[in-house]
Amino acid sequence: MSLMLMGTKLGMTRVFVDGKIVPVTVLQLGPCVVTQVKTQETDGYNGVQLGFADAKIRTQTIPEMAHDAKAGTSPKLYHREFRVCEKTIGDYELGQVIAADAFEKIAFVDVTGTSKGKGFAGGMKRYGFKGQQATHGVERKHRSPGSIGGHGNNAGKAGRIKKGKHMAGHMGDHQVTVRSLPVVRIDAEQSLMLVKGPVPGCNTSLVQVRCSTRLYRSKATLAKEIAEA
Amino acid sequence: MSTQMLIESLNDEALKTDIPVMDIGDTINVHVRIVEGQKERVQVFQGVLISRKGRGMQEMLTVRRIVDNQGVERTWPIHSPMISKFEVVRRADARRAKLYFLRDRIGKSRRLRDRRRGMEHVKGHPTVRK
Repeated sequence: MSLMLMGTKLGMTRVFVDGKIVPVTVLQLGPCVVTQVKTQETDGYNGVQLGFADAKIRTQTIPEMAHDAKAGTSPKLYHREFRVCEKTIGDYELGQVIAADAFEKIAFVDVTGTSKGKGFAGGMKRYGFKGQQATHGVERKHRSPGSIGGHGNNAGKAGRIKKGKHMAGHMGDHQVTVRSLPVVRIDAEQSLMLVKGPVPGCNTSLVQVRCSTRLYRSKATLAKEIAEA
Repeated sequence: MSTQMLIESLNDEALKTDIPVMDIGDTINVHVRIVEGQKERVQVFQGVLISRKGRGMQEMLTVRRIVDNQGVERTWPIHSPMISKFEVVRRADARRAKLYFLRDRIGKSRRLRDRRRGMEHVKGHPTVRK
């Protein structure tokens, strides 16, 4: 089943599951509104576009507002879409509201967020380089990345530095996906989802949650059992 | 409802309301549920409460007892469903919040002074913290 919902990361806490403590991230999902249903005939593929969170009207253009108005909703701040197969595209209709309870009976999810920005970071923090020694005559180069390849050798690609060479630079504030996080609990009333472990991004940031694909075999069997239960 | 309140409300059901007033230094009984396959039994761990830390759902407590002249410490989340009951056996005077110094004590100096008023000072007060 392919399903994606947008939501907000609220924060972390821990809950008891079968007498054991489980660290969880609390996500408030939706309510998301279906703002467009794309079909093979009209768009060349089957997909569903969702809108989430009200936008300020003064920041919206008329075409943007009209797009959401077609679905009968107020202007939305975020729009994301996901592909669905031909069989299930009929389940979605314009203006339909989807919330966390859509994830009932789903055991594992992938969560996509924007990681926390770390600014301009050195090689040690950004790529886990070891740096240089603290003593033994090392001066002012304790956290330097070391050699980045010379003119003559192939590591430097003769006369220039290889593209993509790991060096200092901006770290964080990019899209990160954590895969196959177990769903611990779903609160349909408040549209909350509790997933095990941390999720990229700061609290209050936008996250996208989708059903896990490509699970490990042990997790896949578990997911199947829960889906059929 | 603020976000913080919302997150904390997730644990409302798990929070115990029947925890007795236990201070650091008190000797307490901890009734631990032990699940072995289908069977379940209760084991009582008696010792001195030497540490309580954290608050709300996160609160942990450490109990120290001496078994065969060997110190044994166990730490649990205070709201753990694996603990069925706490009992206060003896109340003692402690001047610190954490009694880690007991780990270095041997023999008689391991003992803590009884509260002079015994259990008197809790009389009239609710013994269960709401």
